[in-house]
Amino acid sequence: MTILTEGKDGPVILTPEQVEEFGQALDALRARIDADLGERDRDYIYKIIKTQRGLEIAGRGLMYLGFLPPFWLAGVAALGVSKILDNMEIGHNVMHGQYDWMRERGINSREFDWDTVCPADQWKHSHNYMHHTYTNIHDMDRDIGYGILRIDEGQKWNPYYLGNPVYAFLLMVLFEWGVMMHDLEADNIIKGKRKWSDLKPLLKGQARKAGKQVLKDYVVFPALTGPLFVHTLAGNAAANVVRNLWTFSIIFCGHFPAGVQTFTKEETEVETRGEWYVRQMLGSANITGSRLFHIMSGNLSHQIEHHLFPDLPANRYPEMAPEVKALAEKYGLPYNTGRFSKQIGSVWAKIFALALPDSLVKRAPKPGVIVMRNRKATEVGV
Amino acid sequence: MVGLIDLVQTLTTPHPLDRYLELVSPALTARELRAEVTHVSHAVPGSVTLTLRASRQWRGHAAGQYVQIGVSINGVRHTRCYSPIDPESRGDRYIQLTVKAHPGGLVSNYLHEHAKPGMVVDLAPASGVFALPEPRPEKVLLVSGGSGITPVLSMLRTLDAEDYAGQVTFLHYARQPEMVPHRAELTAIATRRPNFRVEYRYPVEPGTVVNGETSTGSGFFDYDELERVAPWFADAQTFVCGPPPLMRAVQTIFDAEGLQDRVHSEEFTLTTVPADPAEATGTVTFSGSAVAAENTGAPLLEQAEAVGLTPEYGCRMGICFSCTATKVSGCTRNLRTGELDADPDKQIQICVNTAVGDVDIAL
Repeated sequence: MTILTEGKDGPVILTPEQVEEFGQALDALRARIDADLGERDRDYIYKIIKTQRGLEIAGRGLMYLGFLPPFWLAGVAALGVSKILDNMEIGHNVMHGQYDWMRERGINSREFDWDTVCPADQWKHSHNYMHHTYTNIHDMDRDIGYGILRIDEGQKWNPYYLGNPVYAFLLMVLFEWGVMMHDLEADNIIKGKRKWSDLKPLLKGQARKAGKQVLKDYVVFPALTGPLFVHTLAGNAAANVVRNLWTFSIIFCGHFPAGVQTFTKEETEVETRGEWYVRQMLGSANITGSRLFHIMSGNLSHQIEHHLFPDLPANRYPEMAPEVKALAEKYGLPYNTGRFSKQIGSVWAKIFALALPDSLVKRAPKPGVIVMRNRKATEVGV
Repeated sequence: MVGLIDLVQTLTTPHPLDRYLELVSPALTARELRAEVTHVSHAVPGSVTLTLRASRQWRGHAAGQYVQIGVSINGVRHTRCYSPIDPESRGDRYIQLTVKAHPGGLVSNYLHEHAKPGMVVDLAPASGVFALPEPRPEKVLLVSGGSGITPVLSMLRTLDAEDYAGQVTFLHYARQPEMVPHRAELTAIATRRPNFRVEYRYPVEPGTVVNGETSTGSGFFDYDELERVAPWFADAQTFVCGPPPLMRAVQTIFDAEGLQDRVHSEEFTLTTVPADPAEATGTVTFSGSAVAAENTGAPLLEQAEAVGLTPEYGCRMGICFSCTATKVSGCTRNLRTGELDADPDKQIQICVNTAVGDVDIAL
């Protein structure tokens, strides 16, 4: 097996031995961090949880002054940030099992649920299993387009995709509902690949979870503010939308900016551990930013490290990143990173460009990466 | 109260109310049982006696039962079982535990060194069938060794508190007199109550003087000893807790006498790591489904499937944590790292762990 990537100075070919070396170096990094986990990580996650709960209570409290616009705005901001922390730095990471080693009931992947309408168990199936195991493999990783969008050239164009930017915009605003429906695979129902009867338990779980969320944000808390019912309702809705816009943007920067690679089933059959690491690396992208930015993105700004080590506590990704980047450079593999504006700009450019059939879009020559597996080097003329 | 908690949880959903309350104060919980250490005593060398005040969810214990204590050590919560030593009639929410610091014992050493008043620990309700029955038996024989004293001490103190009128003999084995916890109190009970007999044995040759006390008998449990301290043992209910040799000695004699039904015991030994983890031995029990099978050495997920169970799983390669299950007891080996793990009640990924000897998985 040979992995061939195209760098600045022409193709870089990794021998199978090099690929395994690369994997072993990452395994060693993992083992080092794993052995070091302890009190520091516990303090970190509890500090985040405390901050999030504090912001939530502040946000709910400020709604009692919601008739005054500055307080209403402050309330929306506090509650929005609380929901972002809950979903990203806490929920996403806890449900990956990153803190299971602590054996705490409150922050355990088996028991944790997050402040969004999607039930934890369904998300863990579509995300932890489908997406993280089959990252960026067409027809396997349903995060490629979420069954709605065209986000990769590898998806065949059809006229439906003319609405690509509109679908993306709606998905962004209603993101928590989109995440909830993700595991239903509605597109597969339409295509007849999935039976309606498969949905029953999923829909039941969604109704239960979403019902509680709706009751809390749109009925009980507004009612508790009495005459300010409508103000609070609007404030809570706004906080949910703020969270949606942010999480959508961060998540789309993780796999869809220019330069990330997707794969076919054939390419990725019978992967070695080293090759699995290479695929995670080529299929993910980071965002540079401040410490606060990383926390607010749930450290998904370190999507590369997250995909290499999905079950290591996310607060460790920043300290692992320089080593991962150095390894990537050593083996000539791209390490896709850039500031937020660059990454999100490139995502939206892609969403617009891919709305049109390939023949209408003049594509710049791709600086992309060619990955070969299960093929002899001679077959590709190297 | 429960209705009110549910109502408040509508507001804190999806997080349980306790996840908010514990941030205010760790002992303040609506549903979960916790306890605060109120007093720490190091009266006996090598062991610590803790007085805990349980939160209001505490429902008391039956003499002889154990509770589970959870403490966080270097970021990881570890749980261990200890038997309260106080009488069960105690109406308040105080619990006393005597913990012997075993060499290499993580939790016992931690408690011995670090437990201080104000420390909050997790607490699980009392459980276990090793308990003084209701109504009380007419005659009671209590036999213990080393740290096995704790459940039978609770039994003795309970009988004392209840002004028990029957015959009681308490026979305890220890290395030396000063290693017996709560010795002064035991002696006081024996002095106060003529129907209570308290005897200590130190495994030394008979006649040896240890710290001013002359040892009687062989120093080890045998039939003669039993006849001497409790000639009425055939009519009694016997409770024994201690190291394996003591338990075996008691069991052998009662078996020979055909009195198996009258002896109750509790093991007090730790799970040990087998010498050669590569050998697939023992039985894998899936206690949630009441199925057991010979350990094949395959990942536990595959072993569960082989016996017809369908545990939840995802990637089957240790990434997605879909298959995490609770290992109730036994030793497992991580197939990726080779690491052995003998901790009870631990969450493991069954797709990348196999059994080393007998293992119980809550599936």
